[in-house]
Amino acid sequence: MRTVSPANNSDEIARVLARPPRSLWRDAWRRLIANRLARLGMAISIFFLLLAIFVPVIFPYNAKIDSDLMNQLLDPSLEHWMGTDEQGRDVMNRIAHGAQASLGVGVSAVLIAVIIGTLIGLVSGFAGKWIDLGLMFLMDILLAFPGLLLAIAVVALIGPGLRNALLAVATVSIPVYARIARSTVLSIKEQEYVTAARCVGSPSTRILFRHVFPNSLSPIIVQGTLGIAAAILEIAALGFLGLGQQPPYPEWGAMLADSVKYLTSGAWWVLLFPGLAIMLTVLGFNLLGDGVRDALDPRLRVD
Amino acid sequence: MLRYVIKRVLTVIPVLLGVSLLVFGFIRMIPGDVATVMLGERATPENVARVREQLGLNKPVYEQYLIFIGNALRGDLGRSVLRQEPVTQELLRRFPATIELALSAILIALLVGIPAGIVSAIRRGSVFDAASMLLALTGVSMPVFWLGLMLIFLFSVVLHLLPTGGRLGASMEFTATTNFLLLDSLLQGNFHVFFQALRHLILPAVALGSIPMAIIARMTRSAMLEVLSADYIRTAHAKGLKERAVVINHALRNAWLPVITVVGLQVGRLLSGAILTETVFSWPGIGRWLVDAIYARDFPIVQGATLFIAIIFVGVNLLVDLLYAFVDPRIKFE
Repeated sequence: MRTVSPANNSDEIARVLARPPRSLWRDAWRRLIANRLARLGMAISIFFLLLAIFVPVIFPYNAKIDSDLMNQLLDPSLEHWMGTDEQGRDVMNRIAHGAQASLGVGVSAVLIAVIIGTLIGLVSGFAGKWIDLGLMFLMDILLAFPGLLLAIAVVALIGPGLRNALLAVATVSIPVYARIARSTVLSIKEQEYVTAARCVGSPSTRILFRHVFPNSLSPIIVQGTLGIAAAILEIAALGFLGLGQQPPYPEWGAMLADSVKYLTSGAWWVLLFPGLAIMLTVLGFNLLGDGVRDALDPRLRVD
Repeated sequence: MLRYVIKRVLTVIPVLLGVSLLVFGFIRMIPGDVATVMLGERATPENVARVREQLGLNKPVYEQYLIFIGNALRGDLGRSVLRQEPVTQELLRRFPATIELALSAILIALLVGIPAGIVSAIRRGSVFDAASMLLALTGVSMPVFWLGLMLIFLFSVVLHLLPTGGRLGASMEFTATTNFLLLDSLLQGNFHVFFQALRHLILPAVALGSIPMAIIARMTRSAMLEVLSADYIRTAHAKGLKERAVVINHALRNAWLPVITVVGLQVGRLLSGAILTETVFSWPGIGRWLVDAIYARDFPIVQGATLFIAIIFVGVNLLVDLLYAFVDPRIKFE
């Protein structure tokens, strides 16, 4: 601990007061963009997000009529940069349009899971007693399954398809956020500002949403960013197993499943590029997530 | 310590009960008549009635659950609707294949990941460090099924070095006793089969092990970095110990804990990954069987295999927890 002698104490205070106010978030943002790998991750993530948002708007695509049987499995060329697939469809075009399914659904799944999971965690940590016990028991049961297995089981139950895959992936990640939100709430509950709020007579819901919730956000944001990477992988895995996006609509995992049949014929491009798209997107969100973690909580930084 | 063990083991029981309830509920939550869903719209009324009878769907739900849990406790998970084979028997027959794959994968992950992490930490900032961490970063971002397909393409299709899938070539004659092919062939002294089984195992094991390998390497590196800056490491250096002794006896011993935890956390990933890897490599384990059963809507298999994998998962997590407490005396047994 640093001790300040009374002589320069007032100087110190004056200097601190003279500094422009900096919020936690602005500080974190500054640390984030100072991190080279995080910037790279952000650039990759934003690129694919823009792809997912704008490509379907700017270049409308009708998957049902997009096949050109005269041009099956063409090598990459100037005309088709990433070649064509078994139905003569341009691979690059389908990857661009697949971004909406792979990335959009991954992000939505995480959003749903974060909202439901955080609510469960907040209520559980704040209410305590048997509500806590009951909710956490439910979460423990969901956590007793390996993630993909549970997602597969959910899709097997409600039927294959992109929307159901989204629900399955969201369901699987709910307990993760519930757990994090709860443990943060438990530690925040003991803080003095919460006691103070209680003393001045704030109602529980107000304390929960005004004081506890904003302060429990940062671990959830970190986990959420990394969770998008995991969700994209899970959506792709479900697509690969034929349980996600259904043909003829493009999705990266499902495109890889189609490429299996042409593995032995040497058509490497239908295999390489959709996988690269998945890997790059996931890498982007992983880098960004690591960066966000270091930025929000510098104490956790490894090196 | 014993009290902690007992307490920890007891916490598993309600979770397993909940798991069984959820798995049981799966079939009952399917919209519409389950028997019709399984057999398709064109099924004869007799067949539908037979399946309803076999699944006990005519009884009240609580009675169905009691029967299900009673049978499950006795190791009876019902029969496949399509082939009528007992689910438990088939699970046990396929389980060794999955275990053989998962164990080889984690072995590869440990053998490469830990040394890579240690060397990266010691030579922090070196080219090796940068390269292996970049590799680890891309490793965790790769879909395991894509890596598997790429390996097949490179090593089987282009280079003709290794088989594309399966556990043994179709022409191989071999009666397995335990169904752990590597073990069986060694015990029988059949080195030709051993070699073939190994050749089939390499690609799926590498594919499945890649992500745990990357995670273990990153974790080992960061755990080692933390330990290497500790005072007792400086003391060890100061008293003239050899670098090797410092790293192995002082640093590594204290860096174990996070590494063990992270290895334990890989079990779920391995089981999830095994489902995909087995599908890619036509590996006759539980994962591929489960996926096939989902396509075929053979729900007793889906139910049985899901329950089985969840039990294995919970069991291994329990073991890791106990091991963790055993390795680190600082953990309070409360």
